[in-house]
Parts: sequence; structure tokens; C-alpha cells
Amino acid sequence: MSREHDKGMSVIVKTITRLTVGLIFLYGIHILSHGHVSPGGGFAGGIIVALSFVHLMLAYGKDVALEKLPRGVTSLFEGMGAIIFLSIALIGFTSGYFFINFLAKGEPFRLFSAGIIPLCNIAIGLKVGAGLFAIFVALVLLKFDTESKENKK
Amino acid sequence: MTQTTALNIIPLFVVIPLTGSFLISILGRRFKALPDLLGFFATLGSLLAAIAAVWAINSYGTLVYSVGAWKAPIGIAMVLDGLSVFMLVVVNLIASAVCVFSINYMEHYTSKWKFYTLFLLMVAGMNGVVITGDIFNLFVFLEIASVASYALVAFGTEKHELEAAFKYAVMGTVASLFILLGIVFLYSFTSTLNMADMASVLAGGKSANIILMVSVLFLMGFGFKSALVPFHAWLPDAHPSAPAPISAMLSGVLIKSLGIYALIRIFYNIFGITAEISSILMFLGALSMVIGVFLAIGQWDLKRLLAYHSISQIGYVILGLGLGTPLGILGGLFHLFNHSVFKSLLFLNSGAIEYETGTRQLKEMGGLIHKMPVTGTTNLIASMAIAGIPPFNGFFSKLIIIIAVVQAQRYGYAFWAVLASVLTLASFLKVMKYAFFGELKKKWEKIQGVPAFMKISMISLAIICVIGGVLIIPTAREMFLDRAVDVISNGSNYASVVLKAIM
Repeated sequence: MSREHDKGMSVIVKTITRLTVGLIFLYGIHILSHGHVSPGGGFAGGIIVALSFVHLMLAYGKDVALEKLPRGVTSLFEGMGAIIFLSIALIGFTSGYFFINFLAKGEPFRLFSAGIIPLCNIAIGLKVGAGLFAIFVALVLLKFDTESKENKK
Repeated sequence: MTQTTALNIIPLFVVIPLTGSFLISILGRRFKALPDLLGFFATLGSLLAAIAAVWAINSYGTLVYSVGAWKAPIGIAMVLDGLSVFMLVVVNLIASAVCVFSINYMEHYTSKWKFYTLFLLMVAGMNGVVITGDIFNLFVFLEIASVASYALVAFGTEKHELEAAFKYAVMGTVASLFILLGIVFLYSFTSTLNMADMASVLAGGKSANIILMVSVLFLMGFGFKSALVPFHAWLPDAHPSAPAPISAMLSGVLIKSLGIYALIRIFYNIFGITAEISSILMFLGALSMVIGVFLAIGQWDLKRLLAYHSISQIGYVILGLGLGTPLGILGGLFHLFNHSVFKSLLFLNSGAIEYETGTRQLKEMGGLIHKMPVTGTTNLIASMAIAGIPPFNGFFSKLIIIIAVVQAQRYGYAFWAVLASVLTLASFLKVMKYAFFGELKKKWEKIQGVPAFMKISMISLAIICVIGGVLIIPTAREMFLDRAVDVISNGSNYASVVLKAIM
């Protein structure tokens, strides 16, 4: 990211982005992983993680952001999130019920507690984060596609 | 099969299509044959599960599954009763036929895997709506199915398809908001989201005003989803614009599982039917029936004609169900099943014609039965069925509805029902004459036959059209239709039956 690119916004925006984008990403991970002990969770955390990439795309242009997180990887993450969530639910069948919390619950308010809830949060975070970023990319790229089509005409 | 095994079938209706959908979205791009195989086996698996559920309901009565072992009303309950099983069989039967058809048909389009991902997501949503016993869960599944259908209508990404999809999406979202608002009011009044619990709270006390308010909201919301006449404007655009297999799904089952099923479940099982709601439903049904067929008869675009007929046939279903007598409900449900079969078949036939000739205009076709004998025959069978010619299935269901209406001494409605049936016959004679009979036009002489999988799917649906009448033979009726009729006609028992079945 230290290379200066021609595309994107001004130097000030790029510098601030460089400083903050990692923090935003880590904050998203924090919200995501502490979903069962504090407000937040998979959805909110996933959104924040996705926003860090959206931020990157706004400041540096689509090429840099898509280099960090290509479209194929995004759709893979999205599918994986759903599959992981569904598998967690399905493993519950081994304990008798769909979606049953089959892991040890642990002590309340500890990071490693609440059984399957943190795992579900991670899966939701993957799904929501990748999904939101994919929607953003789709909107951006669709615009480029139509523009290039019109130019050809 | 023990009761535990029977219970474990219940979540499968959501799990199988969802798993298929997301596996296709991950792996479908790399392995070309995988989307077809997974799509076929997922829908077939759901169909087999639905047939197993028919057996389960006959052995154990109403079954309630507590998701995550949280007992209702706290947790989410999935309720398998006669009406759910009936709808599940309809949805998955049509879905598997459509899936077989798509194997060949969707070669037309790029990125087949995206189609199957969305298709299975839509099936999961519809199964979820039907199986859930929790009203907010119903809304979530309704949105899953609706959003997938918005995307599928736009699948061809041509200009008119995008326009239709946008119109459908905007209007559909407004309808969903009405439904959500209704659910919010109900939740704030009853403090519960479980439908059985909600029904027992509402039966207990002073809730007339809130029920009136919410009834109107739900009539608008679910009336839109089932395309009853004042809310039908999206359907003639959205259904023809989708690829043919999706038109078959939308007209065949989506408007029924999201619209009619939810409407009936809420009005009969949660609120308890009143004379006012009953007459409103009957009036809207008769209105849809007549206006739909009048709009249909002048159309020259084959798929648009079929879409208008969906509105008209939905009117029959609502008329029968709104009547509220056991015979009327039987006729309505039976017509719902029959309409799913023959309307899907008609849309698949129109897809086969479009696949071969590339046109949907009736005036450009002609004599196609010489080149496409299978499509011509299945289309003839489906046309006779929708027009209510004996011995096809549509005849029996329309007959039952009309007898029920006459027995209830609503002669006016009976007259309109007969009139709409005659006009339906007229407009399908027009389809047969212009599309299949007459002289073969020169430009269609090079047409090849329809591919094998499309034929298999159309023939199997046509066979169901021919033998569909057996469902009203007493033994079959007791196992399948009567179970669903019981749930509706003894609507106020729903709460006690479900609450008793929670284990």
C-alpha cells in the first residue's frame, strides 16, 4: 500500500486511509469475536470488516481493493460462511436437534464460552462481510461495464 | 420409521435446498456438470422428504419440531400439519419437474450455476414459509423466496426483463413492508411470535380492532404476493419476463406458497375466519377470476396470456377457500394442486416453443405440432385441463368449487365461475389453433425436436394432469387432501393441536 497510485483520491485521504484501515478491520474482528459477550456479533462485525475494504476502494480505486480481496475470493467466502453456518446447525443432529448448542457452554462473559454461538458469529461475519463487499463491488463494476459498452457504441 | 425419525424429516425441507444452493455457488463455476446434478438431487430429495412427510402425518398426526431444542413459544417451532404437507408436496413436485427441464433449457443462458443457486434459494424460501410455525420466521423465508425471485426475473438481463424485475422488486418490497407492519402490530399486541400461541392469545380477549387493522394489512401484503386483482399489476410483466422454468415456478407455486398459503394460514388458523373476511375473499376471488380471463383472452404474447390466466385461476382457488365450507375448501385446495401442475406445464411448453423458434408471439407460430409432437400433445392436455374438460384434473376441481358455491346458494358466484371457465376454454382454443394447428410456416421447417430432459419433464407433468383426478378417490383423498381440509375447516383448533404436539 505504500506505493502511490494515480487513481483514487488525494494524498491526504490516502494517508489517513492507510493509517485507519487496519484499525477498522481489527475493530470489526473484535466486534465479531466478542459477539456473545458484548453488543455486536456476526452481522455488525461483518459489516465493519466489509467497510474497511470499501474504505480502501474509495480512497485507492477499485484495482487496489480488488487486489487485496479478489471477486472470486469474495464469493468463495460468502458461500463458505453459509456452508459453515449450516454445518454447525447440522452437527446439532448428532445431539438430537437441528441447531442445538452441542458444545460446552463454559463460564459466562469469557471469550471462550457460549458453545456454538461464537462459531456461528464467525460464519455470519464471513457471509455478511463478503456479501456486503460483493454488493458494493457489483454496483461499482456494473457502472464501469455499462460505461464501456456505451463507449463502444 | 419411528416418530423421532419422522420429526427429523422436518428441518430437511430447508436444509437440503440451502445446502445445494451454497455448494453450487462455491463449486458450480469450476465443475460444469455439478449444478445440474446438485439441483436435480436437491429437489428430488425434498420431493422424497415431502412424500415421506405425507406418510408421517398419517401415522403420527401433527408434528412440531423445536429448533435447537428450544420449546415454543420461546424458540422457533416448525409445524408439519396437513396443510403444510400438502403445500410441500406441491412445491417440491413442481420444483423437481422444473429442475429436470432446466438441464437443457438453461443452456441458452450463460452462468447456469447462478441460476441454480438462486433457484434452490427460492425453493428453500418457499419450503420454509410452508413449514414454519413462527410468524416472523415466515416473513424471513418469504423475503428469501421473494428476493431470489426478483433476481431470477431479471436473469436474462435484457431491457424489458430488467424493467419487469425492477417493478416487481419495488412493488414486492412495499407488499413485504405491509406484512412486516402487520406482524409488528400483532407482536406488540400479543407479545409472542409463535403462531399457535398468538392464536390462543387472540382468541382470549378484546382484540377486535387490532385484528381488523392487521387483516387489512395482510390482505394487501399477501394479496399482492398471490396477485389478487387489485394487486395484480406486477404479475403480467414479471412472469413472462423470467426464463420459462422460472415462470413455471412463479406461476405454479410461488404465488401459492407465499400468497395463498400464508393468507389462509393467518386468516383461518390465527385470526379465525369471520363472515366479513370470507365475503371479501370470495369477492376478490371472483373479481380476479373474471378480470383475469377477460384480460387474457386478447393477448397475443403466449407467456403474457398464460400469466393473466394465473390471475384468473388463483381467483378460483380463493373463491373456493374463501367460501369456507369443507367442500369449497376441498375444491380450492385441489384446484391449487391442479393449477400448479397444468400452469407449470403450460409455461414449460411455452419455454419449449421459445427454445425452438425464439418467439413468443402467437401470430408468428403455426403448425408447430408437426415439428414438435410431444410439446403439442402436452400442451393440448394442459389446455384441456385448465379449461376444465373431463377427464383431466382441472375438471374435477372446478366442478367441486362450483358445486360448493351452488350448495352455499351463492348463485351469482357460480355463474361467474362457469363464465370464466368458458372464456378460459376459448382462449386456449386460440392458443392451440394459432400455435400448433394449421399449416406449418416455411421458416419453422428446420426445427429440431425438443431435447430429451425437457421432454421427460413435460411428459411427467402431463401424466399428472391426466391422472390427477384420482386424488379425490376416497382412499387417496383421506391421506392427502382431507388432512389439509381438516386443518382449514377446523381452523380454530390449530392452537390447541400445535401446543399439544410440542414435546
